[in-house]
Amino acid sequence: MERLEVLKTYKIYIGGKFPRTESGRYYSPSNGQGESLGNICLSSRKDVRNAVVAARKAFGDWSERAAFNRSQILYRMAEMLEGRRAQFVDELMFQGANRADAETEVNLAIDRLIYYSGWCDKFVQVLSSVNPVASSHFNFSTYEPTGVVGIVAGNQTSLIDLISIVAPVITGGNACVVLADEHLPLCAVTFAEVLNSSDLPGGVVNILTGKHSELIAPLSTHMDVNAIAYSGNDAAILKSIQLNAVDNLKRVRAYHQNWMEEASQNIYLISDFQEVKTTWHPIENIGGASSTY
Amino acid sequence: MEKKGRLEPTDFRQSPTIDKVGVEERVARFQTRSIKDESKMQGLRLALSMIDLTTLEGKDTPGKVKQMCYKAMHLHDAHQGLPTVAAVCVYPSMVKIAKNEVRGSGVKVASVSTAFPSGQAPLDVKLRDTKFAVDEGADEIDMVISRGKFLMGDYSFVFDEIAAIKEACGTARLKVILETGELVTLDNVRRASDIAMFAGADFIKTSTGKIQPAATMQVTYTMLEAIRDYHLETGRMVGMKPAGGISTSKLALHNLVMVKETLGNDWLNNEWFRFGASSLANDVLMQILKAETGVYQSSDYFSID
Amino acid sequence: MAKKDPKQNVTGWDYSPSIESTSHVDLKKRYDLYINGEWVKPSSNTYFKTINPANEEVLAEIAHANEADVDNAVNAARNAYNDVWSKTSPSERAKYIYRIARLMQERAREFAVIESLDAGKTIRESRDVDVPLACNHFFYNAGWADKLEYAFPNRKIEALGVAGQIIPWNFPLLMAAWKIAPALATGNTVVLKPAESTPLTALKLAELFHDAGLPPGVVNIVTGFGDTGAAIVNHPGVDKIAFTGSTAVGKIIQRSLAGTQKKATLELGGKSANIIMDDAPLDQAVEGIINGIFFNQGHVCCAGSRLFIQEGVADKVIEKLKHRMKSLIVGNPLDKNTDIGAINSKEQLDVINGYLKIGQAEGAEMYQSQCEIPKNGYYCRPTLFLNVAQSSRLVQEEIFGPVLAIQTFRTVDEVIQKANNTAFGLAAGVWTDKGSRIFNLTTKLRAGVVWANTYNKFDPASPFGGYKESGFGREGGLHGLEAYLKLS
Repeated sequence: MERLEVLKTYKIYIGGKFPRTESGRYYSPSNGQGESLGNICLSSRKDVRNAVVAARKAFGDWSERAAFNRSQILYRMAEMLEGRRAQFVDELMFQGANRADAETEVNLAIDRLIYYSGWCDKFVQVLSSVNPVASSHFNFSTYEPTGVVGIVAGNQTSLIDLISIVAPVITGGNACVVLADEHLPLCAVTFAEVLNSSDLPGGVVNILTGKHSELIAPLSTHMDVNAIAYSGNDAAILKSIQLNAVDNLKRVRAYHQNWMEEASQNIYLISDFQEVKTTWHPIENIGGASSTY
Repeated sequence: MEKKGRLEPTDFRQSPTIDKVGVEERVARFQTRSIKDESKMQGLRLALSMIDLTTLEGKDTPGKVKQMCYKAMHLHDAHQGLPTVAAVCVYPSMVKIAKNEVRGSGVKVASVSTAFPSGQAPLDVKLRDTKFAVDEGADEIDMVISRGKFLMGDYSFVFDEIAAIKEACGTARLKVILETGELVTLDNVRRASDIAMFAGADFIKTSTGKIQPAATMQVTYTMLEAIRDYHLETGRMVGMKPAGGISTSKLALHNLVMVKETLGNDWLNNEWFRFGASSLANDVLMQILKAETGVYQSSDYFSID
Repeated sequence: MAKKDPKQNVTGWDYSPSIESTSHVDLKKRYDLYINGEWVKPSSNTYFKTINPANEEVLAEIAHANEADVDNAVNAARNAYNDVWSKTSPSERAKYIYRIARLMQERAREFAVIESLDAGKTIRESRDVDVPLACNHFFYNAGWADKLEYAFPNRKIEALGVAGQIIPWNFPLLMAAWKIAPALATGNTVVLKPAESTPLTALKLAELFHDAGLPPGVVNIVTGFGDTGAAIVNHPGVDKIAFTGSTAVGKIIQRSLAGTQKKATLELGGKSANIIMDDAPLDQAVEGIINGIFFNQGHVCCAGSRLFIQEGVADKVIEKLKHRMKSLIVGNPLDKNTDIGAINSKEQLDVINGYLKIGQAEGAEMYQSQCEIPKNGYYCRPTLFLNVAQSSRLVQEEIFGPVLAIQTFRTVDEVIQKANNTAFGLAAGVWTDKGSRIFNLTTKLRAGVVWANTYNKFDPASPFGGYKESGFGREGGLHGLEAYLKLS
């Protein structure tokens, strides 16, 4: 007797848990051959709200973790992704990629996580400075995460577009809420399962599926979101995000590069979601004692 | 705030900490005060009246002391209406001579004591030294603290010694010299100031004049703040005497600015503020004459004692 | 007028007036627009008056630039960029900027006096802070011109083109320097608009650029009001907007820029916390509090306007603070002994007085020093509000005046939470003797500049700028260059 296949339920990922959308709605995007990709959660503005709350809650702990620890967790994410590479290749192919492209993309995604894993405890060292001020003060500038970052993932392909922004954002100690690509959502949900099994604290990355036309507005107007990363080429969407961002002066970063390129990973994608903090402290210089003794 | 009067020794390790760079910034700001015209003349006269004219040398003789005493009462007789200095400051052996010279002038006689300048003698010797000076007629006693004990952290010893000397002074006013050049840090200066005041000092004084650095503005400012805090806490006024290194009118005026802005006008008289200096007087005199005549002066026209 | 204590006449000593001379100041009666290296009349032929806030006397008439004038200025800047400045080698660019710095140093006293006349700030501050720092910003940035590849390793570095810059009235010359120096060093040309109440030093700076031989059009100075600023922001030929000013105007600018390719940096408001722990060097902390809130009449975006004192030392600190305030001299900005000068404008004085009323209505205890203040001109006594609640408007809103809201706290965690409980994130102060506590606080305070055991320190090498609604981008130091470059 033929075995009945167990179908996967695609859920959203909020605060380290996999709820269904609170709205109870779903949609069924289809691939190029017209096959349904499955029933995907049609997240609502309330899911955005819940995700931002979860991200804010996770931000403090994540940003204060030792950079070395963050580095290990990103490495662990790569390990988990490696273990599931076949599943991602299948999903990418189901969404329309050929096998070679799908394998290249998964390999690149794994390697990119490894790349950013290495940056966790190095980017501050590279970018920080001790500033030689003219008064008797020790003055240094270092980097701190911006906070909660809303990510509107690109729509070229589903896995590398997502990881290429999520990785630098969390490398720098931010928490994020990701709107997965509307039409290619499978890898985003499966990636959430990777995150969930990789020691990444719940809430650091939250992933929602659904219609961008419905979700970008509540995310980009949310007063507790500190930055928005937009990956895409739609000028009207970008402008709407920029306008929505004004009320609490969110930092808006727009990307239109091809994330499959090797150059689409660098330290400056991390510093895009960092704030420069400069600290001053007096230096006491007693008497004539000098370092030339 | 509750006024507690004389206090028992407290835990002087709890004296406020001092940030030296912050002190330097505050001092720099005092130095930007521009003292002109009438306020300059008034300030210079005030400075003259606050001077403790001092000779503290191994080679001091009655002849030297007498000449200095004359200068104390007659700073520059070619010019009318100048004040006398506040006091002359001498070794105990010269007190009687000085006292005779300045009698009736209002100029006080201050004597250093307690094995000045090192203070390296047992308490009974220090007490004897002090009583001798008082018996000879000293109006004021300038004692030194035991810096070695202080730096060893034996604050009780330092406190008890000052209290004992204070008792030996009787009615003479006690100035306590911290010798800040040996205490090195401003935290130590502040702590030593607190110890001296709580032990009964009428004045606190920076230096013996034998150790550099002496009365820097940073040190004087730190001590003035200690005096202000002590006054706020106890209601008792304590005087201040920077000594050593203040040789120009400009520096003297900066010190007065510091006193005015830290303690207020109540301290701006020679009952509560003194300059321990010997060469300051002539510079102030030259400035006064310059202001009045419009002509820059030469030291050839002012007596050097 | 406060009565004098008769005892003070016996032993007292007051400072005689010591007024900075204005004889070496060269001010024209009327200033036109500085466009393409020439002084040109505004096309509307309208002028407005800039007054001395210390005595309400008119200092000069200033051209009001409209859209057509701004268009001319932007075109001049574009042409200068295309034809001259982008073809000038970086090391030559550096030499121009060095030359500007040197000329400024030579004219420092004139700049200081004009700044005090126009802005109401004390001559002590304009002479010792504003002008030297402005010179130093040019000198510092000059050296970057031919070293940019070291600032941004692995990146392709290009100038943006024309930078539109809009600066506020609180540090007119210094803000002009903060904006112009890095823009020139990175190879951009500039259209700068000074604030309408304080345009004079920027116009004197234009004269200086002229004398320095800076090629025409590299820096253009247009004067006017908000409409002039809007014309710059909305001009399609501008590649970058740098704005320092209020958060409200910053948001308007940000809206205008949405959907454009213009790069922006915004340096906006603040409500910075100054935190005094019980083990702090209290007397220096008191100086830090004074310097934090009364520097430049409190017209400072990073002013330490929220004071948090740990309960164990609160009474002592407030007593010391009140004592210290007695010696603050409020009055003629040109008197070298004045500590607090004139409020910049009648409008701002009204705003501040409005907050004094709000504070009293909210039930906070108000304390003002009883110093004499001049009869004419716009003045405000240094003011403390005690027993202020976190929810009070005095704590929530930027006043931009010499008004300090004082709150107490018990624990480190409590004060971190309260300090961060604001829409702003520009600066913070921390006073404690314990090193490990300093780093705990400086790390957790969400602010772009944190002063530990000091306050209101500035340096051209030190990046300045805020988190959250205090804006984005940094000015000063290596980090300040990024705002004027296209990096890829």
